[in-house]
Amino acid sequence: MKLTFLHFWVRALPCLCGLLALPLSAEQLFLYSGRSKALVEPIIQAFERETGIRVHARFGGTSQLAIALQEEGRRSRADLFWAQDAGVLGSVRTLFASLPVELTGDLVADAVHTERRWVGTSGRARVFVYAPGRVASGDLPEALEDLADSVWQERVGWAPANSSFQTFVTALRHLEGERATKAWLASMRANGAQTYPNNSALLQAVAAGEIDLALTNHYYLYRALERNPDFPVAQAFFAEGSPGNLVNYAAVGVLETSRNRAAAERFVAFLLSPKAQGYFVENVFEYPVRDVVEHLPSAIDQTEIHRVRPQVDSNALDDLSGTISLLREVGLL
Amino acid sequence: MPNQSWKPHTAHPPWYFVLPAVFVSCSLGFVFIYLGFRAFSDGPAALWELLWRERTAVLLWNTLRLAFGVMVLTTLISFPLAWLTARTGLARYRVVSLLAILPLAIPGYIMAWALLSLGGDYGIIQRLGGGSFPRITGYWGALLAISLYAFPYLYLNLRSAFLGMDPAQEDAARSLGRGPISVFFTVVLPQCRPAYLAGTLIILLYVLGDFGSVTLMRYETFSQAVFVQYSSLMDRQTASGLALLLMVIAGGLILLEVRLLGRMTLHKVGTGTVKAAGYYSLRPWWWVLVGLFLILVFGSALVAPLFAISFWLIEFPPAGEMPQVWRGLKDSFSVAVPSAFLAGALALPLAYLGVRYPYGRGRALERAAYFGYAMPPLALALAAAAVSLYLLPFLYQTLFLLIVVCSLHFLAEGMGPIRTTLYQASPRLEEAARSLGCNPLTAFFRGTFPLLLKGMAAGIAFVFLSVMKELPITYILSPWGFHPLAVNIWDLTNEGMYAEAAPHALALLVFSLIFIGFLMLREKRI
Repeated sequence: MKLTFLHFWVRALPCLCGLLALPLSAEQLFLYSGRSKALVEPIIQAFERETGIRVHARFGGTSQLAIALQEEGRRSRADLFWAQDAGVLGSVRTLFASLPVELTGDLVADAVHTERRWVGTSGRARVFVYAPGRVASGDLPEALEDLADSVWQERVGWAPANSSFQTFVTALRHLEGERATKAWLASMRANGAQTYPNNSALLQAVAAGEIDLALTNHYYLYRALERNPDFPVAQAFFAEGSPGNLVNYAAVGVLETSRNRAAAERFVAFLLSPKAQGYFVENVFEYPVRDVVEHLPSAIDQTEIHRVRPQVDSNALDDLSGTISLLREVGLL
Repeated sequence: MPNQSWKPHTAHPPWYFVLPAVFVSCSLGFVFIYLGFRAFSDGPAALWELLWRERTAVLLWNTLRLAFGVMVLTTLISFPLAWLTARTGLARYRVVSLLAILPLAIPGYIMAWALLSLGGDYGIIQRLGGGSFPRITGYWGALLAISLYAFPYLYLNLRSAFLGMDPAQEDAARSLGRGPISVFFTVVLPQCRPAYLAGTLIILLYVLGDFGSVTLMRYETFSQAVFVQYSSLMDRQTASGLALLLMVIAGGLILLEVRLLGRMTLHKVGTGTVKAAGYYSLRPWWWVLVGLFLILVFGSALVAPLFAISFWLIEFPPAGEMPQVWRGLKDSFSVAVPSAFLAGALALPLAYLGVRYPYGRGRALERAAYFGYAMPPLALALAAAAVSLYLLPFLYQTLFLLIVVCSLHFLAEGMGPIRTTLYQASPRLEEAARSLGCNPLTAFFRGTFPLLLKGMAAGIAFVFLSVMKELPITYILSPWGFHPLAVNIWDLTNEGMYAEAAPHALALLVFSLIFIGFLMLREKRI
């Protein structure tokens, strides 16, 4: 009797230990993603396949997730926050740990936070889209100020609630000053600029003939053209160095409270790897943060963007609340 | 003891009816306190400054204008439709009733998006060679989009009122020399009042809370402003302040409904059973009008969105999206089914209290359900997340919490039909059961409950459909790795990936239809 009892435990103990160890042995990461599932799930799955680390993702609006992280504080289960916009991540930067320097070595200079609390994963440019049938190529605007001209009355669309637009306004404040920015916003509003909820809606509105020109991010049009080469919308940059051509970054950071920092840093490294960078260029039509994928075929011209983008340090673009107050003062929010 | 059991109603309702109601009020109370705390975090002066702006007045005016318009349009659609499917030969075609409920399965933002993608220079109609006309946006767009998916709330309430009416009253009026039209206005119409009020209240609260369709239609309302504040501005104070203001408006509407409802007796007072209502016969040329009316309603509420979805699906068939769709469907069901039944279970005692104990606390507890509905979903979800984080950390980001919050929010939708059937169920049955020695609980289940099953089925179906398409609550409270259909659709359409969104939207519609069809069949059998 005693023997069988012992026997039972001799056999059962390893099994029990195995059961307990199972969730621990398979490494897992918890990711808050402000980037939408449709765009980033393939690359998350590629990471899982390559490393065997399981990634549990929560998707949501970048600001919503930033609020959630603030509320959760030390209790947060998240290891990583992948934000649509470095500015938002910058505004909650104190929650994030400094990334190791070797991780961020050869990146484009302004794609890394000065204290390495976040690192850019891909870049997107601000552009304007327009309807070629209704706007002659000679009439395209050179500067942001042109859009406040009566020629463009009621013909321009924008999305003041969109975080990329807000980062652009932050850059404008940084480059041209508070007063000039406010004046431009007010003159645009007086000129009948139409408010839309997001970039996709702007593109649809230009196609539908509601407006003739809109301020958006560069990659939405490529995505629409991929589906339908006849989509009746085109896009262009403003003159060289205009704040209207701002490049801002999607960014990722590892939380100070992460219980699995090594694996989290591996995820960051993976996003910066040639494979992931190639994916962003090829499939999401974004700009890479390092030069390794320059040779990849792509719809986007990477040398052009370096020529036309304004010189602005993306570290300086984290004063979101200042921008919001300004947009409120002008009556856009 | 025997003496006590003879009393028809004790002054205090039994505890097992009160307990669920107290649970509902307390949970919502916590959320309310949190919102208040957030709104006043910088002091009342700061809040006042944020709210006392011209913009607040504009938002208020826009919201009320929209609510009024939707009320009128949904009444114009639902009243004839409910009467036709309950009291004329059209009632034999149950498919019409089924079609009339189906718009509930269409999320507001899908309806808006479909209406938008039909018109315009590069719209679907133009591309199919049908000529170009401007897209309907702004006030009229929002009015149309919301009315077209919200009218079934009113329709179902009215239809069950028409079906449950005792035709003996109409017969009596006719025998006293009244013509059919006079009978309709003096006998039938007054009996519709509780159903009309319940349905309209739900629709008005829906208008107050909707942000998807108004956002896409570019019409600024209160909840759209709350959404903007929360989702892109990280400003919790203004958002909470606006949400509180929204709840004050909703509270006003709820009180108004109580006032208008008064105390009513609609059930049969005398003896004998209720005869089934007969059908009115319509002249042939009337049927032509009815046909045109049905084509207009179903054409815009069902065919238009299905057409837009199919167009995207056929033009660019998305390969490899199906595994995501199945996973999404599984996640959607795993929250919608439990939420619907939990809401049904909570709505029953609340409605009972409100109808059978209409004085003081009973009514007040019942009204708590409507406050849950009046809270903008986004504000409710964020507040629930915060409350659970601080008070119940083990529930944070669990499926359980998501289910509870969904059922608390949509409780009011489930309550309308239950309350309507409860008004028509005579309390004499329960009294008879009591007199035969049953305790109050058994008496309720033997006497009243069987009569409520129809209302319960409708109520559960309402909540199920709403949770299936619910966005902000699932978005914020979903557990890790949980991706229901509604979230996928929102996500994909936001990125402009309409072809990929189409199978998700189609799955949402088809499986909601199957679920409702199942409930409708049960309703017939009961």
